[in-house]
Amino acid sequence: MTLSLSLDTPSPADQVWTVAQLSTAINRLVTGEFPPIWVRGEVIQCKAWSSGHWYFTLRDRKSQVKCCMFRLNASRAGKPPADGTEVFVLAKPGIYEEKGEFQLVVSRMLPTSAVGQKQQELERVKALLQQDGLFDPARKRRVPSYASTVALVTSPDGAALSDVVTVTRKRWPCARILFVAALVQGEGAVQELVRALRLVNRIPELDLCIVGRGGGARGDLAAFNSEAVCRALAEVRVPTISAVGHEIDISLTDLVADLRAPTPSAAAEMAVPDRRDALRLVDDLSVRLASGLTGRTRLAGARLARSSDRLRSMVQAMLTVHRSRADRLGAQLDALSPMRVLGRGYAVARDEQGRVLKRRADFDRTERFRLRLADGEIRARVE
Amino acid sequence: MMPMAEADPGSSAPSLADELARLEEIVRKLEAEDVELDAALALFEEGVARLRAARERLAAAELKVQSVIEEAGGEIRLTDLDG
Repeated sequence: MTLSLSLDTPSPADQVWTVAQLSTAINRLVTGEFPPIWVRGEVIQCKAWSSGHWYFTLRDRKSQVKCCMFRLNASRAGKPPADGTEVFVLAKPGIYEEKGEFQLVVSRMLPTSAVGQKQQELERVKALLQQDGLFDPARKRRVPSYASTVALVTSPDGAALSDVVTVTRKRWPCARILFVAALVQGEGAVQELVRALRLVNRIPELDLCIVGRGGGARGDLAAFNSEAVCRALAEVRVPTISAVGHEIDISLTDLVADLRAPTPSAAAEMAVPDRRDALRLVDDLSVRLASGLTGRTRLAGARLARSSDRLRSMVQAMLTVHRSRADRLGAQLDALSPMRVLGRGYAVARDEQGRVLKRRADFDRTERFRLRLADGEIRARVE
Repeated sequence: MMPMAEADPGSSAPSLADELARLEEIVRKLEAEDVELDAALALFEEGVARLRAARERLAAAELKVQSVIEEAGGEIRLTDLDG
């Protein structure tokens, strides 16, 4: 008996998957497709193991899915929920490869009843702040163009501080960052944030204030939704940027601050300019300054040239007038010249001292005299 | 640790923003044609001094990171942080 092989299906030897390869490939597909998502369901069979991990099933009327929550996240969630508790879980879908089972890896769990209360509280505070005008667009101040001192209110442990420092160092190293430490989540966070924001108001020569938390852990945002923190933020006397590092939710501080940034790094980019831009502006101004002066002196030169043209023609006009007058006067002088008279055959008699001898009596006083003729002088004697 | 200097807004040097705003004003005046030559030269000199000051300020290289601490007595102190 021969094994019949269909011609249109490949032989098993061509491409065979191991079960593990298949599980891995499907897991990769699923995890690649889904970012962490919120899923609503009812918890059953929650087992807290001595390792600290929780394993439970989440179900609704039609379906169910196995879930696991690792020790660190489970410890943050408090006590394991009783069967039938309605919850929201933040989870990443995937395949538990060893068993080939579809599962959710849960990072956060919130009872829907608690969320309901939180939501109500949020709405209450929001309405109050709105009523007091804290979200009013007219309140929004402009962030200064060239901040030199920036206060940063955040946790000493989170990434926000180093993120803001890194971005500012790169963009605007001539600045100064004043770090005001405060808890940003958990018990005491509200009081610490309020105290820190009030401290900010006592810092002299401050240009700007950033308040926020790192974008890494999607922790509890309650402090940034608290009425006290929002009011303290509204009272900060310099422009404010809220950077709560949570791209999905908007916190109330985001609405109160003058600007909202998605992350602390983005807040730093809004807070300070890029030094290269400022240097370009300075270069541009220096070019304009130089050409402004050149233009101005060229203008003055042109004016000077115009003035001197006018002056020259004025002098020439004056010279012309004077020359013709001089010519006229010269002609008159010429007509009156005694040489002309002498030219007609007359002579002038003068004594030794040069006095003109006009009358006969003038000759009685002198023996010798001189006769001035048109072409020269001769000596003469009275007889 | 160092105590924070009390702010005296009257004595502080003009901010970079003030410096650049004044420069912009000087350049605009020079570019307008109705300024006398004497005044233009004075503006130019002032502009050069302010450009130099702005460049020096931009060249100040090291970002300063300080921690603000309120002491028990309510006094504010600044401590340098290794950013």
